[in-house]
Amino acid sequence: MEAIPVRVVPRGFGETNRRDAWWVTPIVVFIGLGAFVVYSTWAAFQGEHYAFGPYLSPFYAPEIWGDSPHAWFGPKPAWWPSLAPFSPALLILPFPGLFRFTCYYYRGAYYKAFWGDPVSCAVGEPRKSYWGEQWFPLILHNAHRYFMWIAVIFLFLLSYDVWKAMWFLDPATGEEVFGIGVGTLILAVNVVLLSSYTLGCHVMRHVVGGVFDEVSKHPVCDKAYACSTALNHRHQLFAWCSLFSVGFSDIYIRCCSMGIFTDLRIL
Amino acid sequence: MAAYSTYSYDVLVIGAGGAGLRAAIEAANAGVSVGLICKSLLGKAHTVMAEGGMAAAMAHNDDRDSWKVHFADTMRGGQYVNNWRMAELHAKEAPDRVRELEGWGAVFDRTPDGRINQRNFGGHRYPRLAHVGDRTGLELIRTLQDHTTYLGVTVHMEHTVIELLLDGGRAAGVVAYDRERGRFHVFSAKAVILATGGIGRAYKVTSNSWEGTGDGHALAYRAGAELIDMEFIQFHPTGMVWPPSVKGILVTEGVRGEGGILKNSEGRRFMFDDIPDNYKPQTASDPEEGWRYVQHDKSARRPPELLTRDHVARCINREVKAGRGSPHGGVYLDIAWIKEKVGNAEEHIKRKLPSMYHQFKELADLDITKEPMEVGPTTHYVMGGIRVDGDSQMSSIPGLFAAGECASGINGANRLGGNSLSDLIVFGKRAGEYAATFSRENGQARVDDAAVDRAIEEALAPFDRGEAGENPYTVQADLQESMQALVGIVRLEDEMQEAVKRIQTFKARASRVGVTGHREYHSGWHTALDLRNLLAVSEAVALSAIERKESRGGHFREDYPEKLPEFATFNVMTKQGPGGSVQVSRAPLPPIPDHLKAVIEEQKT
Amino acid sequence: MAKATFKIWRTHEGGDGTFQTFHTEVTEGMVVLDVVHKIQAEQANDLAVRWNCKAGKCGSCSAEINGKPRLMCMTRMSQLNLWEPITVEPMRAFPPIKDLVTDVSWNFRVKKTIKKFLPRKPDAPDGTWRMAQRDVDRVQEFRKCIECFLCQDVCHVLRDHNKHDEFIGPRFLVYAANLEMNPLDTEDRVPDLKNEHGIGYCNITKCCTTVCPEHIHITDNAIIPLKERVVSRFYDPITRILRMAK
Repeated sequence: MEAIPVRVVPRGFGETNRRDAWWVTPIVVFIGLGAFVVYSTWAAFQGEHYAFGPYLSPFYAPEIWGDSPHAWFGPKPAWWPSLAPFSPALLILPFPGLFRFTCYYYRGAYYKAFWGDPVSCAVGEPRKSYWGEQWFPLILHNAHRYFMWIAVIFLFLLSYDVWKAMWFLDPATGEEVFGIGVGTLILAVNVVLLSSYTLGCHVMRHVVGGVFDEVSKHPVCDKAYACSTALNHRHQLFAWCSLFSVGFSDIYIRCCSMGIFTDLRIL
Repeated sequence: MAAYSTYSYDVLVIGAGGAGLRAAIEAANAGVSVGLICKSLLGKAHTVMAEGGMAAAMAHNDDRDSWKVHFADTMRGGQYVNNWRMAELHAKEAPDRVRELEGWGAVFDRTPDGRINQRNFGGHRYPRLAHVGDRTGLELIRTLQDHTTYLGVTVHMEHTVIELLLDGGRAAGVVAYDRERGRFHVFSAKAVILATGGIGRAYKVTSNSWEGTGDGHALAYRAGAELIDMEFIQFHPTGMVWPPSVKGILVTEGVRGEGGILKNSEGRRFMFDDIPDNYKPQTASDPEEGWRYVQHDKSARRPPELLTRDHVARCINREVKAGRGSPHGGVYLDIAWIKEKVGNAEEHIKRKLPSMYHQFKELADLDITKEPMEVGPTTHYVMGGIRVDGDSQMSSIPGLFAAGECASGINGANRLGGNSLSDLIVFGKRAGEYAATFSRENGQARVDDAAVDRAIEEALAPFDRGEAGENPYTVQADLQESMQALVGIVRLEDEMQEAVKRIQTFKARASRVGVTGHREYHSGWHTALDLRNLLAVSEAVALSAIERKESRGGHFREDYPEKLPEFATFNVMTKQGPGGSVQVSRAPLPPIPDHLKAVIEEQKT
Repeated sequence: MAKATFKIWRTHEGGDGTFQTFHTEVTEGMVVLDVVHKIQAEQANDLAVRWNCKAGKCGSCSAEINGKPRLMCMTRMSQLNLWEPITVEPMRAFPPIKDLVTDVSWNFRVKKTIKKFLPRKPDAPDGTWRMAQRDVDRVQEFRKCIECFLCQDVCHVLRDHNKHDEFIGPRFLVYAANLEMNPLDTEDRVPDLKNEHGIGYCNITKCCTTVCPEHIHITDNAIIPLKERVVSRFYDPITRILRMAK
């Protein structure tokens, strides 16, 4: 067989014979992710209205130093440089942020929506050069697994916050009593969605069983792999739902704290 | 004269389906240089369409199975006109050939204890078909293709052979053209293996792709080799009948193996109405027993849907002719009904028959887990082909070997489902092995330049005639129409005589076809060249069918509906006579040795 | 019966091409390949098209229909909007030969660069192996591949960036995954995947998965698990230390 060299004629940006509305998905992703990034950055810099009663906004959880009763070590330490901005969220938000930034689903999605690489399947690209994830800087995405482990720790912390969100201060007695409010449910749903997203992560799937070629010989891994795989099939769905629920949890608590919403007690 | 490039190999394999690839592997392993010519891209051959599985008596699912039972099943299916030696070798060697595939990367479905899983199939007494869902053919071809990739075999893709070259009665090479550019190529070889597959394109409704034009049959025939059993053509009972564009595409027997039932428009399970006497002891007496059989109950007998293909095809034909067919001229094949028997039937069907689900969903917009399919007979397989020696697969021309569908002998009057894939690997291997030996024992043959020039001149003639010539597609369509109508599932002397007459006129028309344009990827030209082959095999089929004045296996004559003992002693043989005439004769069957006769008798109970 | 307008890519001498317009009638149940054949038989005898089984099993008739890589035999006319002309053009990621036919030989050359299957010693004295269906399920998904090369065609690394020399493309990552994850295989292809086969070029935009006619989860089940194996081997210091400790 003769070897005919492959030469491809590149197309201009957005050039395609596709008839469908191929630009809708990237625009929706652009708006969705963009809105979240803008809102979360704004919310993180606020440094107030992030707690309401027993509720703590997930943007601010865990609160290492801060002014709310949820803080582990009390208010902002004295050694904090006066020029550096401070908000309890800034200390912890980078971790879940980087987990999502390096997530296999989000990577594919924002490469398309934000970088046009490609903007959509079978559509021409804006740039001729391409390094992919083979070289610096995107090769750093391979650190995804470390961010995943941190995200797993966050799941425990956020679950603890849900537990705490079930204990309301009784103004009459000054004691904490068990209860469930709308906020408790929102925070609980948020943890479920975050868990579904995190436990269905491609790395989790790899670690718990994908690493074996004969997973059936490791019974515990076998089960875990099956569960993670099931979640992984809906990874995109959980990625969006959990993103929305995190943002909504913050908005809900913020609005309650600002007096815009009234938190209803169910129990 | 047109220029051509030349190549030289020890062993040249024509066709890269299962048999061709397996032959190439064996020859390459024997240390000779191997060239492989395929009409399409590598890995696209018609073998990919095989669905059900490959039969090998490995006895994984039923330990009563053995080569003896498989041998007896094959002989009974072939109505005892098989080449007994081939049936014996096939039954004995298939298990090893299948196991060897696993070592090459094939991934078969597993039994609970981790061995290769085997499924039931029509005519096989025990579950015997190693399978991969319903895409076993793809698994076979991909495994062989991938294995070949690393063996140093030179593959010439999209090349079509137009002439077999001889040197003093011995095979010397071939002349071919490539589709891409339409250039000519001459291959010289010490041994040539034909593995070109079937002749389905001689018929209008066929499961075969465009490649199945009987090239190997016709090349060997024109070179003077003998063809036998050409009257035996298998009409697969279940092909799609709607939409028109996919008419003939196969619906695997696996559907029936998993519990699918055939019903007519009145909702009657008509297969229970007509069970041949020799199969009665092994056929279920009621639907309940049939269901237990497909559920692997060893005490149950098989449902009548799993009788031999010729019988099922004729029953469907009868229902349609009697006006009890489905709207598009078939009958109903229902697998959705198993929801009465198993929980989560939808998932079960999708897992067991994924490509069937896919095929109907995408091509007919029909969900087989919910609705019955419409199916009808389709030309599927030719039992007849090049007469070969059972052990070596060498034809009557020294140095010319044949394996797979284009060779004849193992299947007799009718092939059992699942025997074709194992046939490919058993006899592909043997052809490769003996061809390598032949090439070592014999020097390079001489290529006759004059013959090359003649072949090329003849191939280019349609361009010379240009627009003045007849449209090759029309001739092909007319031939297919005639064969379908006159030499189809049910045959009559008059009709076949008429077919022979028409074939003469088609031959004359074929010699006048013309095409215009360039030679690159010119399918009109390719059709013009394929016509010669289609006409040669069609004539052989019709004349052989006239000669066999009885009904047996895939050959059913309305005017001689009975099987007659005097016809059980020979194969009908066709050979090219002087002046392009066809010599039809009766080749006596070699007697079956006593120990094998005993095996057959043993299994009759 | 409905009328349809087709714009089919025709190459001219010298290698350039343009769309040629054909008007034709389509009937119920037709697929795009039927229409192309109809046009070939009635209007353009020399129209070049590669096809074979016409049932979505061989993967020969790959092309781009209305800009989307698809099998012509599996694209029903009823799925297309007949009000506008339907464009049919060859795959872009491969050199054109004629009309709808491209030279896909690069793919066959790439396959040769991937290390072949190397099974472990047989598990049983009769030379056979034991495997659980659950474990082979994963590999069987990859083995459904019909080598239509649509995933190669749509992959922007090949299609737009022409990295044919550095990147093997989705099809062969699936092929490598099928070998790497085969319970019997003992060969190690992970270093090759990183260094020779350019797995890092894949930026998981999943276009390959979208076009796969066999619905193989190419990205999620083949490429990403392979990427993770590469990470474990080369980029993750902890697994490196663990491996050294072993």
